[in-house]
Amino acid sequence: MKRRDFVAAGTIAVMMAFGAAPAQAADPVKVGFVFVGPVGDFGWTYQHNQGRLAIEETFGDRVETTFIESVSGADAERVIEQLARTGHDLIFTTSFGYMEPTIRVAERFPDVKFEHATGFRRADNVATYNARFHEGRYILGQIAAEMSETGVIGYIGAFPIPEVTAGMNAYVLGAQSVNPDIELRVVYVNAWFDPARETDAARALMDQGADVIAQHVDSPAAMQTAADRGVYGFGQASDMIDFAPDTLLTSIVNNWTDYYLTRVQAVLDGTWEPSDTWGGLAADMIRMAPYTNMPADVAERAAATEEAIRSGELNPFTCPIFAQDGSEVPCEGDGVLSDEQVLGMNFFVRGIADRLPN
Amino acid sequence: MRIELAPRTQVSPWGRALAPVAALIVSFAIAGLVIWLMGRSPIAAFQVYIVDPLMDPWSLREIAMKATPLVIIAIGLSYCFRANLWNIGAEGQFIVGAIFGSGLALAVHGSGAGIWVLPAMLILAMIGGALYGAIPAFLRLRFGVNEILTSLFLVYVAQLLLDYLVRGPWRDPMGFNFPQSVVFDAAATLPAIAGMGRVHIGVIFALIAVAVTMIVLGRTLFGYRLRVSGDAPRAARFAGFSQARTIVTVFCISGGLAGLAGMIEVSGVLRQLQPSISPGYGFTAIIVAFLGRLNPIGILIAGLIMALILIGGENAQIILRLPLDLALAFQGLVLLCVLSADALVTNRLRIVRVRA
Repeated sequence: MKRRDFVAAGTIAVMMAFGAAPAQAADPVKVGFVFVGPVGDFGWTYQHNQGRLAIEETFGDRVETTFIESVSGADAERVIEQLARTGHDLIFTTSFGYMEPTIRVAERFPDVKFEHATGFRRADNVATYNARFHEGRYILGQIAAEMSETGVIGYIGAFPIPEVTAGMNAYVLGAQSVNPDIELRVVYVNAWFDPARETDAARALMDQGADVIAQHVDSPAAMQTAADRGVYGFGQASDMIDFAPDTLLTSIVNNWTDYYLTRVQAVLDGTWEPSDTWGGLAADMIRMAPYTNMPADVAERAAATEEAIRSGELNPFTCPIFAQDGSEVPCEGDGVLSDEQVLGMNFFVRGIADRLPN
Repeated sequence: MRIELAPRTQVSPWGRALAPVAALIVSFAIAGLVIWLMGRSPIAAFQVYIVDPLMDPWSLREIAMKATPLVIIAIGLSYCFRANLWNIGAEGQFIVGAIFGSGLALAVHGSGAGIWVLPAMLILAMIGGALYGAIPAFLRLRFGVNEILTSLFLVYVAQLLLDYLVRGPWRDPMGFNFPQSVVFDAAATLPAIAGMGRVHIGVIFALIAVAVTMIVLGRTLFGYRLRVSGDAPRAARFAGFSQARTIVTVFCISGGLAGLAGMIEVSGVLRQLQPSISPGYGFTAIIVAFLGRLNPIGILIAGLIMALILIGGENAQIILRLPLDLALAFQGLVLLCVLSADALVTNRLRIVRVRA
């Protein structure tokens, strides 16, 4: 390589970057994403990035997208502000920890629209969105109870926060609907994405006799480990079937794509509102991957449960619900637990042997 | 044939001064080559990475803020490192300091307490960090335990303590049980400097730490003792300097400053406790201390350069859509080049031929 070429290549690129702007009818809408993990985690951030790619594909020249990966809480405010300053019109902040920084930057940039995933604070230019993952977990619980021979099933949790606790409770309630004596073992790994610890957790659960493993962590590592011992498992966030083709029963797939497309369209149309979206199967924000590696009757029952939840006929948190200590949980919804109770869930239901870390 | 590094008997002061500059140029050249091989413009990358942040007042302010915890911690570490004591646990002292100070902020939350809260928080944070830093010093003096190991292990203890507090007793009761404290009252939040955007007065603390350390190291008996204990421990003992006192003092200073940095970061930037309050500042500061050659002004410059590189990496992702991995690789490259340049200034390369 010649030095001259090197300089020439650079000069041309700079001219392209700073000189002639491409002729366009209107400025594209700029959409920014702040990610908590790497886009290659095959879980949480991967699925959000799928939504980003779909925006580019669907809207073509009318949009431009940007993302920043692995942003820590301390850096979040600066990163979000930098996106706002560089002309982004719509900014998705995709982790709970970005809530306060999102609100603070939104105050300084009233013309920019913000969307915060999994949080609860909104403003005139801040919307929130989340998915009812626990709906899918109820189905997983039913399948697990039917597939388990030992009557012991395992669960790998990330952190003892309400979202994880609600998912775990829905899983147990689903399992109890098949086998009231089912036993759940829980291991927390204290991370969303830590393949080594997720592997260790899967081993620990299998050593305790669990023969079906569910997970609320982001990598496919535990599913691979379970597959090595021929133990069944469920994928998280994305369809993880390729990582355990003979033992994966199904996955809960987070589908942010439709939501993202709707929101970008709303910005293009000028109809964007700071809404609060919390959709499940009915809103297509979560989807069930194909039911595989199980007898036909189990798959049929799972599909029926899925349909019942989608149509609203079945709610995983239908009263009465009993807490671990046997006391009945107050029923604040209409025959079911209220959304607030689910969002702030801080108790284990009856039938979970482990204590909720506190 | 093999290559040897032989120490130079005379090290030119010019060489010492210019080595980091040469190192930066070499690392830019290598990074530029990589970017060019990726089919992107190295000049545009240089512009976005280094030039733009330095030309833009907003970016300059953000650099100052990002550098603040790094400089304060690194200044503290320089006391330890000068005395040949290896405090690797500034990250833990940072966290414990933040816990001590935040404890007060949470205790008086909503009580309308006045302006005394903030100074008290900062003092508590220094005490907390200093006490936590004193643990490895004590273990070394009493039981002869290696301070590198104990100070490092105590980082994990501090992280888990914080984790416990924000998930348990200090959790925001109105926060849907999510693991974080309430957002501090205004009285417990570091005020911004007028006309400087969100830049808080913590930046001034960093400058004070630099200035005070210059005086302490250059003009006081303590500074002299520190240098002697580090450079010539036997001479220090003959001179009657107490080694025990030096160890305890430098660990307390180092821990105290790390604790102060933790409180500044929590009260000025995060404004609440979360399970994780530091993206590894305590470890990055070790690099900053060495890049700055344990000299206060050097540390200030090194902290600013480190902050520039971190923020430039974000710009490269946003504006040029260069991957994060490239920014991380570039940070590593800069460090490698600076250390190599140092080695080459103090040593010379010698090719030794060996007969088979």
